[in-house]
Amino acid sequence: MSSRVLIIAEHDGTKLNASTAKCVTCAQGIPGAQITIVVCAVDAAAVAAQAAQLSGVARVLCVENPANRHALAAVWAPQVLAIAAPFSHILGPSTTFGKDLMARIAGLLGAPQVSDIMAIESATRFRRPVYAGNAILTVESSGEGQLVGTVRTASFQAAAGGGAAPIEKAAVSVELPTHTRFVSVSAARSDRPDLQTARRVISGGRALGSAEGFRILYSLADKLGAAVGASRAAVDAGYAPNEMQVGQTGKIIAPELYVAVGISGAIQHLTGIKDARTIVAINKDGEAPIFEVADIGLVGDLFQIIPEIERLL
Amino acid sequence: MKRVLVGIKRVVDYNVRIRVKPDGSGVITDGVKMSVNPFDEIALEEALRIKERGLAEEVIVATVGPADCQQQLRTALAMGADRALHVQADGVVEPLVAARALLKLIEREQPLLVILGKQAIDDDNGQTGQVLAALWNRPQATYASKIELSAGTARVTREVDAGLETLDVDLPAVITTDLRLNEPRYVKLPDIMKAKKKPLETLTLGALGVEQRQQLKLVRFDPPPQRQKGIRVTDAAELLAALKSKGLL
Ligand SMILES: Cc1cc2nc3c(=O)[nH]c(=O)nc-3n(C[C@H](O)[C@H](O)[C@H](O)COP(=O)(O)OP(=O)(O)OC[C@H]3O[C@@H](n4cnc5c(N)ncnc54)[C@H](O)[C@@H]3O)c2cc1C
Ligand SMILES: Nc1ncnc2c1ncn2[C@@H]1O[C@H](COP(=O)(O)O)[C@@H](O)[C@H]1O
Repeated sequence: MSSRVLIIAEHDGTKLNASTAKCVTCAQGIPGAQITIVVCAVDAAAVAAQAAQLSGVARVLCVENPANRHALAAVWAPQVLAIAAPFSHILGPSTTFGKDLMARIAGLLGAPQVSDIMAIESATRFRRPVYAGNAILTVESSGEGQLVGTVRTASFQAAAGGGAAPIEKAAVSVELPTHTRFVSVSAARSDRPDLQTARRVISGGRALGSAEGFRILYSLADKLGAAVGASRAAVDAGYAPNEMQVGQTGKIIAPELYVAVGISGAIQHLTGIKDARTIVAINKDGEAPIFEVADIGLVGDLFQIIPEIERLL
Repeated sequence: MKRVLVGIKRVVDYNVRIRVKPDGSGVITDGVKMSVNPFDEIALEEALRIKERGLAEEVIVATVGPADCQQQLRTALAMGADRALHVQADGVVEPLVAARALLKLIEREQPLLVILGKQAIDDDNGQTGQVLAALWNRPQATYASKIELSAGTARVTREVDAGLETLDVDLPAVITTDLRLNEPRYVKLPDIMKAKKKPLETLTLGALGVEQRQQLKLVRFDPPPQRQKGIRVTDAAELLAALKSKGLL
């Protein structure tokens, strides 16, 4: 039995987001998957060319519309719906982009959605974390009708390049709503690696005490070529911006090295780092729960240890 | 009347250490503290503030679930909601069913705004708000950290992976809450007493014309894989040596 899988590309108009390549790897786990990527954009050419190179992709569809400049779920969803009929599975990444859009598509289709797919067992059986990752749930769909899914990107490697899938334009003419309007986005520009794809991440918690306190982490991160993350407490207190939050309700990441500095290790935080290869914890409280998951633990005052590490590097 | 409708889900309290039942049929909920989903508390707090600013006249809370959920509706009434709607449903209520039921309540109550949590901390689905907005054919603004209402529109700041995004949505609309939208107020004892007298209406899925359908079978719950116990080092130099020996530096 073959499955026809549609993946919604995440991009910024010029560059394909790495999350899409991870969706491709996930989709390849569906037996007999025939994979199509759809690029919704004003002008899809550049992004479509990148999508076509992902190995395992059979076809790239371009849905072009001047209204597609920003990824407004209410605007994109009806266009995806217009091309969705032939597909058994419709997947997107479990990023804020994908979580916002895919469930709207599921609503339009009246189809079930499996959120945060971490493993595929068959075309109808999937594993996903629930209760902040404290349980892994296996769900099964009936196999009748379509299925929507979001892919937990930390669970899959990016698909390799080297492919050359054909690129086609899809003619979609649906009425698009004007009730939702993009105003602005404020993204902090940084030369540091992207938190979601970085191989090394250093995160700070409430213990950093202030935005200035975080500077010692930035300094060390720059020496290590690492991205910087934060606990919710640090973000709530204004020490770090929201896009740096790691955890159940922040970003789920899988770096090779994760260094938790002055973070207690609440379950909601740990959910975000379960797939990190090596976890290092630096905390002055030897009983902090972070040490239960740390591969390497160091008990002590971060304000002494962090500068010391930087000096020794 | 200008109304705000808030979705309330009863969930295992976020402080509880979740344990999977040995037979894999679910997680242990016997004798476990149940609470209002934290994101729904934030949703309700926002609705109450909107009312307090004079931008709405009534805050209605609604839940779809078994009889026990009335406890969480009472908590919501004690927090300040004006009245509660309980749609009785047993078994697993999937986002599509919850959204269909909420849509029926919307048709009845004609709210200006519907505020839900961005995700329920038990199923972690994060779907219901978007599904509801799709069914209702109205705007959605998910992961809100700021809401400014003006005549006919809401300006919503959203927490997205890139940073903060701002959207304008025409009303009525569905908004889902993120953690930093507000800090919910505490319930005071006298309010708990007062809440007992506030109206709580019970309906059924059947009476609303919504079919209780489960499209995804919950096959099995497993505990997550445990990480190997790690080592302790005593200073920065030892830490760097350990990282080097693992090939990480
Ligand atoms: C619905 C919900 C969702 C949530 N989602 C998330 C999420 O996505 N991500 C997240 O992180 N949290 C999340 N939380 C919050 C979580 O429960 C914790 O409150 C939070 O992670 C605590 O942050 P923290 O470890 O920085 O602060 P604390 O728990 O206060 O820990 C600070 C730590 O720093 C140590 N310390 C203090 N001073 C020093 C020093 N000088 N040197 C070394 N160590 C020091 C202390 O020993 C302590 O262990 C969520 C909570 C809820 C209810
Ligand atoms: N059964 C329900 N009754 C009322 N509201 C619900 C229900 N299920 C979900 N919601 C709302 O939808 C949000 C997201 O839930 P979920 O899609 O399950 O993660 C919750 O925070 C609630 O506000």
